[in-house]
Amino acid sequence: METPALILVIVVWSSVTLITGYFFYKVLSLPKHPEPDSFEDNDEIEK
Amino acid sequence: MSNTTSAGWGSRVGLILAMAGNAVGLGNFLRFPAQAIENGGGAFIIPYIVCFLLMGLPLLFVEWSMGRFGGKYKQHSTPFIFDAMGKAPYWKYFGVFGIFTNIAVAAFYCYLESWALSWAYYSVAGTFTGMSQTEVQAFFQNYIELGTSHPVIFWIICLFLNTWILSRGLSGGVEKVAKIGMPLLILFGLILGITGISLQASADGAINDGVVGLNYLWNPDFSSIWSFDVWVAAAGQIFFTLSLGMGSIHCYASYLNSKEDIALNAMSAGWMNEFVEVVLGSMIIIPISIGYLGIEAVTDMVSGGSGLGIGFAVLPKLFADWGAFGVVAGLMWFGLLFFAGITSSLAMGTPVMGFLDDNFGIRQSRGAWIFGGIILLLGIPCVLSPDAFNEFDYWAGTIALVVFALVEIVLFAWVFGMDKGWAEINAGADIKVPKIFKFIIQYVSPAFLLIVFAGAIPGIIENATKDTSFYGWMARFLLLALFALICVFVYLASKRNQSSKLY
Repeated sequence: METPALILVIVVWSSVTLITGYFFYKVLSLPKHPEPDSFEDNDEIEK
Repeated sequence: MSNTTSAGWGSRVGLILAMAGNAVGLGNFLRFPAQAIENGGGAFIIPYIVCFLLMGLPLLFVEWSMGRFGGKYKQHSTPFIFDAMGKAPYWKYFGVFGIFTNIAVAAFYCYLESWALSWAYYSVAGTFTGMSQTEVQAFFQNYIELGTSHPVIFWIICLFLNTWILSRGLSGGVEKVAKIGMPLLILFGLILGITGISLQASADGAINDGVVGLNYLWNPDFSSIWSFDVWVAAAGQIFFTLSLGMGSIHCYASYLNSKEDIALNAMSAGWMNEFVEVVLGSMIIIPISIGYLGIEAVTDMVSGGSGLGIGFAVLPKLFADWGAFGVVAGLMWFGLLFFAGITSSLAMGTPVMGFLDDNFGIRQSRGAWIFGGIILLLGIPCVLSPDAFNEFDYWAGTIALVVFALVEIVLFAWVFGMDKGWAEINAGADIKVPKIFKFIIQYVSPAFLLIVFAGAIPGIIENATKDTSFYGWMARFLLLALFALICVFVYLASKRNQSSKLY
């Protein structure tokens, strides 16, 4: 591969993979919210 | 009165995979590499990343927070989310785009998705074995010209699958598909990508190494970044890839409770889409097709920037030459495209179901079948004629997205108010959103969108005034009628809601 293409591939792929991995790991490692699966909590304003 | 009190997400990972699945579509694997080749190769990544940071991520924050805000009012579709944020009565009619676009795009997208399903079947059945490249291309041409009944059969199967999964609800249907489909998609993408870039010249008839294609795709032409058209192409790709300006992100986020994070969720889902597009998307079709066909042939095939021809008319033949692994590779490639498609089309159904449920008390399972019926009717002209398909794609799948995104960011930053908006984005946030995004959302993203919209105006005038076939005109009429009909339903819903004074 030509050098500019190789540098771009390495920089872009590694950056995108690391950032994606970082955010997904953060999602997995954070403690659960009290009621993550209900939107009833969300009904603060009644119809 | 809403019947969806039991609706919602089963888990945070499920939500993120569903949101990422909404964003990841066929375009990640077919359109992105074709656009990159057409717009400066590796240099395309510069305007692309700039557009992602200045327009993509800010709009993700805006759409997620608007959705969660709407959930407080038991609203899961944009007409009444806009109504709650804008107060003035006309905002809800701008929100009509958030239902219109989903229905109109689903009408042609499900047909495209059914191609992936049928090609997965043909790969397993060995249909392409022994065919020459010309024969595979003729087979593809015959298929899209409806020379056989298969396109209709697979389209109906695909519609039924979508509707049935939607009728199972968010956690019981959409989330389960995302939890199975997304990991499989990434796994298949990695296997095919590694196979693609490790391809050796002379193996199974290859004329180039896989890295020749990778080099061709990533070799930068830095002069291209001074071209306005390249920036418009990058902005367009960001729109397509993140499913922005559709209303589906609002709907998914509206099922979160008001104390839950949206900042990290939006980042995680957005970057997951980028990983699939920029990393996996550039490892497969270009390295493999250049490996077998050479640079010149592939350059001709991607002109136009869709990549559909390579994906459906070229790769099947190449896979067929791989022997036993070819069957698996074909199944993985078209299975991957199908998962990418279905996780997106499912997201298009939920705002419609949410709207019917919130405002007319129609249960979500019934709403799913109504949605399925509508896209069946609207999809008929798209199946019958490429002119109708292109009209739907242009007006609903391109222009409506930009208009809607421009309206929503003005509403969020300037009408609802940036201070309140910033507080919404940060409420319950698990990460600290850099404050620069407050400035970007208020000034930079609207300016960016205005420029994109201005750049699209000549095309709008040209497309609106050009003559088309009978089916093209039918598509234009159906799109206008659909928009008007949704406006009527929004008006009726607002009358119903007035009696109980929502806001």
